[in-house]
Amino acid sequence: MSFVSVRNLRVRFGQRTVIDGVSFDIAPGECLAIVGESGSGKTITARTLLGLAPDGADISTDELIVAGVDASAYTDANWRSVRGRLVGLVSQDALVSLDPMRRIASEVAEPIEVHEGGFSRSEVGTRVLRMLADVSIPSPETRARQYPHELSGGLRQRALIASALAAAPVLLVADEPTTALDATVQSKVLKLLGSLKESGLALLLVSHDLALVAQIADRIAVMQHGRIVETAAAADLLANPTHPYTRALLDAVPTSHAVRRDGGEIVLAARSLVKQYPAPGRSTTLALDDVSLELRAGTTLGIVGESGSGKSTLGRLLLAIEPPDSGEVLLRGGPWSSLAESTRRRKRGGIQLIEQDPASSFDPRFTVRRILDEAVAITDARATRPARILELLEQVGLSAVHLARRGHELSGGQRQRVAIARALARRPSILVCDEPVSALDVQVQAQVLALLENLQARTGLSLVVISHDLAVIAQLSDTVLVMRDGVVVESGEASEVLANPKHPFTRELLDSLPAGRILP
Amino acid sequence: MTVTLGRTRLRPPRAGLAGAITASAFLLVLGVAAVAPTLFTHADPIQTQVLQALRAPSLEHPFGTDQTGRDVFARVVYGARYSLAIGVLATTIAMTAGLLVGTLAGLAPRLIDSAISRVIEVLMSFPEFLLALLVIAILGPGPVSLVIAISLAAVPVYARVARVQTFTVRRSGYVRAALVLGVPRWRSVLRHVVPNTLGPLLVMATIGFGTAIASAAGLSFLGLGPQPPTPEWGLILSEGRNFLGTAWWIAVFPGLVVTVTVISASVLGRFLRARGEGTAA
Amino acid sequence: MRLGPSKRRVPGASARWLLGRLGGLLLVVWGAATAGFLALTLIPGDPVDVMLGVQAQVSEQVKAQIRADWGLDDPPLARYLHYLGRLATGDLGESYQLRQGVSSVIGEQLPATLQLTLLALAFALSLAAIATLAARGRRSTRIVSLVELTAVSSPTFWTGLVLIAVFVFQLGWFPIAETGSLRALVLPALTLALPVAGIISQVLRQGLDAASARPFATTAIARGVGDGRLLFRHTLRHAAADSVTLVGYLVGTLIGGAVLVETVFARPGLGRVTLRAIIDRDLPVVLGIILLAAVTFALINLTVDVLYRLIDPRLRTGSVAT
Repeated sequence: MSFVSVRNLRVRFGQRTVIDGVSFDIAPGECLAIVGESGSGKTITARTLLGLAPDGADISTDELIVAGVDASAYTDANWRSVRGRLVGLVSQDALVSLDPMRRIASEVAEPIEVHEGGFSRSEVGTRVLRMLADVSIPSPETRARQYPHELSGGLRQRALIASALAAAPVLLVADEPTTALDATVQSKVLKLLGSLKESGLALLLVSHDLALVAQIADRIAVMQHGRIVETAAAADLLANPTHPYTRALLDAVPTSHAVRRDGGEIVLAARSLVKQYPAPGRSTTLALDDVSLELRAGTTLGIVGESGSGKSTLGRLLLAIEPPDSGEVLLRGGPWSSLAESTRRRKRGGIQLIEQDPASSFDPRFTVRRILDEAVAITDARATRPARILELLEQVGLSAVHLARRGHELSGGQRQRVAIARALARRPSILVCDEPVSALDVQVQAQVLALLENLQARTGLSLVVISHDLAVIAQLSDTVLVMRDGVVVESGEASEVLANPKHPFTRELLDSLPAGRILP
Repeated sequence: MTVTLGRTRLRPPRAGLAGAITASAFLLVLGVAAVAPTLFTHADPIQTQVLQALRAPSLEHPFGTDQTGRDVFARVVYGARYSLAIGVLATTIAMTAGLLVGTLAGLAPRLIDSAISRVIEVLMSFPEFLLALLVIAILGPGPVSLVIAISLAAVPVYARVARVQTFTVRRSGYVRAALVLGVPRWRSVLRHVVPNTLGPLLVMATIGFGTAIASAAGLSFLGLGPQPPTPEWGLILSEGRNFLGTAWWIAVFPGLVVTVTVISASVLGRFLRARGEGTAA
Repeated sequence: MRLGPSKRRVPGASARWLLGRLGGLLLVVWGAATAGFLALTLIPGDPVDVMLGVQAQVSEQVKAQIRADWGLDDPPLARYLHYLGRLATGDLGESYQLRQGVSSVIGEQLPATLQLTLLALAFALSLAAIATLAARGRRSTRIVSLVELTAVSSPTFWTGLVLIAVFVFQLGWFPIAETGSLRALVLPALTLALPVAGIISQVLRQGLDAASARPFATTAIARGVGDGRLLFRHTLRHAAADSVTLVGYLVGTLIGGAVLVETVFARPGLGRVTLRAIIDRDLPVVLGIILLAAVTFALINLTVDVLYRLIDPRLRTGSVAT
């Protein structure tokens, strides 16, 4: 009997077919990666290996063998003996995937308590500590007694992995296991999964990120609209993709461009910015510590850093949404951060913003027409507004058909385009983009990035792009600022910094990128 | 072969469209009864007819007659205007006042906000009914006192929700976008903060309307509201209290109407809330 | 972002928090006392006449004495401080209509109300537990929801009357007028319990539902956890945390309902005293009860906050993720 075998899996919700005849195998100790965008059905597919299905799902298969067991006729009670014992599940974001009200030790001990009764408490305790050490968590005795919110993201995810493996299953289903983590941490957790695989654990890795899974997958299956369009050995798939969708996915991976611009005058400058925020327990956190930068006309400045680096705070200061505690921001050589808001308001048209989460960037009650009208009404008379709105939509690749829709009725990519259109309404010379594509699928990411580059080429727009994703920064930026803990650790021309990083942190960021991602 | 996997997880039953329509229909009927009672009954709610006293429910008197021979159904129909008027008035006043206070607190500098929040907290540490009782203690019984008492007692709840919602909207991406665009602050408050706060408050008000009617009936029952012979529902109930053994219909039917009114308001309110959550991103 | 010296737990954070909350409690009591004082000043007419009631025929000498007691001839600020001073010593004044000290009036009636309220609470919790367990499948959940909705929406005084009509008059299971025994306590307690049971049941069930839809529940199920373990080791704690915030509101409903229930069932207790005092404008008693209510609720809110922090570890310490 095979180890894992799924034949002709079909999942329907009423009339809607969500998974349409999916088949795959996994050999013992092998890592199979299922790659697809959101909505492709990869999560539902992966979870059938644990007998988990969403409410109201109608599931049928010709064959379902999990960890050597024929599970096709299993009831929920049968599945309970499989879950945790033969197959483990690791999901995205341990902060919500672990029970926030239980200690790490209880969570890790649970599979042991459920499947292997008869161990004394101290024996279970020892095994828990061993599991935590196996996933490279330092000071396991201390960590075991803590709650999930007291651990950092990377440690939490490791604890989650430990809790899935505590009863020694032979197969691990990892559904976007690293997506919520910082780049440097992502690669460490992925390496952990890789080493677990080396010691005999079979792995089903589900992700939207083809380049990421390539690091440890033996074979890759590409899913689109509920079907597997291509399956091949990892190296073969990446080198010679046969299906057009696979090729599109590979093309969409950001790559750095060779041509770099020099730019004209300095349009935006920051001098020695310092910003503090109050923190719990009467202390303060230093979000920005003496940060300076320059943006030249027609170029793109990329600001890269992990969560907590201060990059978003910097963005807010550049836009004069918040005042710096000391230091100054200058717009076109003139005062910007030091102006009174009433004076500054008139000049705001020159510098605009798009953010990561367009869902909260739009008033939920507003239609696209009203969203754009709010922006256009500031400078345009009533008569000219409709024409201007249509013009803006065209600039971002949308049309009048979108006008009557509300924010939540649009797709992620469409929402971001509307956000860009709104930002362009005031004809800015500078556009600040705070994580502009992080919430989007890879293909849509590529489209939005292309749009931004296009706009810059056509109108001479200057861009400030803030992102944690070094690949995105590399594709767009002429100059780069690397931030960590509120300090600029390295800055300079993008091609130079990315090819010859001087600061160890920059090197760490570059190392955490999967090979083949960026080649300056 | 077909396999059914997984667990059926229970979803909380939401008030469906059918329930909401039925509830609205009932409330509408009540509204009509308040405005045009003669559409429903020809009997006189005030005129006593001692010969007809304490008749059991029949075709002629669907809810029976009371101790002075008045048709209970007619009394209930005519009573609708008092309950509805008090309910609508009290809820509107409470919601408006709560919106003002809460929005103010949410927009004001920290010190003023703290002060307002403290007052709201103190008021909320009392149950609504007791607060209403205390207000009547000061003002004396009567229908006007009733309205004031019920509104005052309900304001803290609206104010708190308004305050929280104002904070949320203030911090939202779209208010930030408006700021970056150069929209003056007062305009973005009027355009974004108030409408988005009004939404949740209106939903609360739908349910609050039911609570207000129940409170009004309760306070009238205790003798603190309109005086006899006004056919207010709570009053009718208190009159019927003495006849529970012999003429249970006097007390049971008016109370049933109050209960169904409160249920309808709740069902409608829940439906609106579920729909509101669906559209808010 | 650079943080201060990385501490695992901020020392003294809990103690400081508790102190803050106690301060809040005092603030509430003070607020209630002041509100009562303002109420006294706002009453139209001569406060002394009001306090004595309509029927009283009392000499001018006695009235002057009362004025002195309450300092009604003094300037407002002095009156206020005098009033606060009296309260601080626990002196709630005297009811002129009942010819008794307010404290003793309250003391006499409190036990009966407490009995009623506690039994009602017990009933409510039991009924809510039954309802939660009864809601197994889709159909039973719908029925339970409907029952809950009716329980919550029915006015307390009406359910009381209905219960009396059915169980006392029609079926004769319970005595009509007897008040001393436990049997006589059952119907009133049940009446009081119904809306409370409805609310507890609703919130608990919704809390359990919401918790079992969250990712940590999926993780637990993926470990092979069954329904029982999921409920008792995971979701119950989350649902309880949600429900704990309700306790204050519920106690309020119980106490507010007590007024109505005691009237309907003609039982002695604080509820009836309060009502009498309001109708007769017996201000000292009203003020005394306001204060008692304020202190009670503030204490309950404090207990709720403490419970909440005990249940949800995320709120417990000022700790920082390291």
